[in-house]
Amino acid sequence: MTPEAAFLSVCERISVVLLVAALALVLWRLAKGPTAADRVIAMDLMSVLVVAFLVAASIIAPEISYLDVAIAYACIAFLGAVALARFISRATRGQSDRCKGEVSDE
Amino acid sequence: MSDVLTGILMLIGSIFCLVAALGIVRLPDALTRMHAATKAGTLGAGLLLLAEAVFYRQLGVSLRAATVIALLLLTAPVAAHLVGRSSYRSGVRLSDRTWIDELEDHCK
Repeated sequence: MTPEAAFLSVCERISVVLLVAALALVLWRLAKGPTAADRVIAMDLMSVLVVAFLVAASIIAPEISYLDVAIAYACIAFLGAVALARFISRATRGQSDRCKGEVSDE
Repeated sequence: MSDVLTGILMLIGSIFCLVAALGIVRLPDALTRMHAATKAGTLGAGLLLLAEAVFYRQLGVSLRAATVIALLLLTAPVAAHLVGRSSYRSGVRLSDRTWIDELEDHCK
């Protein structure tokens, strides 16, 4: 193994450890909340982290087709975030004294 | 040479991802957490995709990586805006250290 390939393999290991640590931290926030908005934000970051992890896996494997999975996952994650944002605004409609007079989200 | 560049980009990208996760754990309220998650998370994933393009050095892979970067850069601000708007309107408590709330006067 050339020194460059050895350096890359060390970097791969460190980066997997960092990404898993990041996913664990986000999972903690997802479980703890405290509001629905915090959980949606944690879900959103988690999908970005999963895309990052898929890309790292595609370098480590090395297997190009993981990148196609990342493309599909990025699209679906966006739709999920939009749907959850609408869910927050509909589920809490009328419960807050903020922005009462404005046109509603309907 | 491209292996070294790939390794460095992977390291920087994953450090940014970890910073985003730390921000989501440590920052005081939903809107500041969203600020950490959106910016640092997108940058971290983008750097990893750049590492992928450098690693393979093929046109197809580079184009796909560019597609994902463009997708993240286009959708992350939109999703963050929607989530931030709906969480502010749903009455999420701002941090005690917030000293200016410019939206307060605009929506009563």
